[in-house]
Amino acid sequence: MDAEPTAPPGAGQPVEKTRRVRGVVYINGLRCKGCGFCIAFCPPKVLEFSSEFNPLGYHPPHLVRPEGCTGCDLCGLYCPDFAIYAVMIKNEPEDTRPPAPPAEGAPP
Amino acid sequence: MTARTDAVAANPVEAFLRSDRMPHIWCPGCGIGTTVNCFARALLQAKLNLDRVVVVSGIGCTGRVAGYLELDSFHTTHGRAIPFATGLKLANPELTVVVYSGDGDLVGIGGNHFIHAARRNVDLKVICVNNFTYGMTGGQVAPTTPLGALSTTTPYGCFEQPFNLPQLAESSGAVYVARWTSYHVRQLTHAFGEALRKKGFSFIEILSPCPTLYERRNRLGDGLEMMKYFKEQSLVRHGAPTKELGLTFQGPIAVGKFVDRERPTFLETLNQQLARTLEAQYAGCAGEHVRD
Ligand SMILES: Cc1ncc(C[n+]2csc(CCOP(=O)(O)OP(=O)(O)O)c2C)c(N)n1
Ligand code: SF4
Ligand code: SF4
Ligand code: SF4
Repeated sequence: MDAEPTAPPGAGQPVEKTRRVRGVVYINGLRCKGCGFCIAFCPPKVLEFSSEFNPLGYHPPHLVRPEGCTGCDLCGLYCPDFAIYAVMIKNEPEDTRPPAPPAEGAPP
Repeated sequence: MTARTDAVAANPVEAFLRSDRMPHIWCPGCGIGTTVNCFARALLQAKLNLDRVVVVSGIGCTGRVAGYLELDSFHTTHGRAIPFATGLKLANPELTVVVYSGDGDLVGIGGNHFIHAARRNVDLKVICVNNFTYGMTGGQVAPTTPLGALSTTTPYGCFEQPFNLPQLAESSGAVYVARWTSYHVRQLTHAFGEALRKKGFSFIEILSPCPTLYERRNRLGDGLEMMKYFKEQSLVRHGAPTKELGLTFQGPIAVGKFVDRERPTFLETLNQQLARTLEAQYAGCAGEHVRD
């Protein structure tokens, strides 16, 4: 593995993305090395290892309880591989949230 | 709203990384990447002119940091990060010079440079990732390996008294001394910010997991296990006397900011002394004019 196959370098293109009122988590599953830091130190424990393998052979995390995420970004601080980060969304009514980007491979 | 989506579309630390070199070489569960993550966030918060921030590393796994940060950086020979950084600072006093390296590099082969730069109070921010071993070369004993710990060169347990790095830094003359672990991400980010603003020799020791060599040999589990040890056994003791900060094998860890004091820097004392002796003949060092 010398480069990420699909995401352009530095673009931070989220591979998995979930949106809820308090926090949005972006996970670049291609970069993750499965250390589990984000999962263990997430205060509300809303992350878990997914069952899929990434190209490096690890199981990246996924958000299992999106409504519990506070957007504190501790996962982002802990990640030694710069593969996850979160953004806090403050008191935003549901309908004014930015639209979710199209799924990978979907027509523009 | 579109702008909002754009704003969150990239990891905030990505701008500080050489993304084309990712994924990096550090092992799964190695703590070095976590420290770099915190350092990038400190740079983000510090709002410094990044054209004026330079990172210098020596050799080792931690020494790779210079090559992964999107800043002017230099990867020096083993143990020589501090002398290189000293020259850089003296020739360009306006630079913020960060030395980011491992315990073996900074206080093993580079130990003499370390104590003398601290003694002279050269304005450097020295970040030492202490994983208790020489990682890159296969897990040999380091000047920080705790008594009794196994390494490739101490198969019957380490019998050398390790350095107490905060005490070494303080007694040598450092003006800022802190210790955190890669578990303490928020405190570490804050400490990086303080060191970036501090004038003089600033030292931050970061205890960090090396699952591949140190932990495996000592049967301590993976990187996460070590992070849990840091979490459970660390006690914040700001201002604690540094002589009390020695570490033992898997024993309690004192963390915090221990020293924050003022002393004239190397450049200040140099300019002052030469101006006093040479008077009008002295034009100032490295473009710093002591008289108009
Ligand atoms: C002059 C010289 N001597 C020895 C080496 C071999 N060497 C490379 S890295 C290293 C130790 C690195 O240990 P540390 O600074 O703790 O970094 P880590 O890999 O643990 O992050 C040594 C002894 C070298 N590269 N150059
Ligand atoms: S942002 Fe905070 S709450 Fe949300 S997943 Fe990350 S660590 Fe957990
Ligand atoms: S902290 Fe990063 S590398 Fe570790 S499991 Fe989470 S996303 Fe993967
Ligand atoms: S050998 Fe140890 S210090 Fe080096 S990258 Fe691997 S875990 Fe990190």
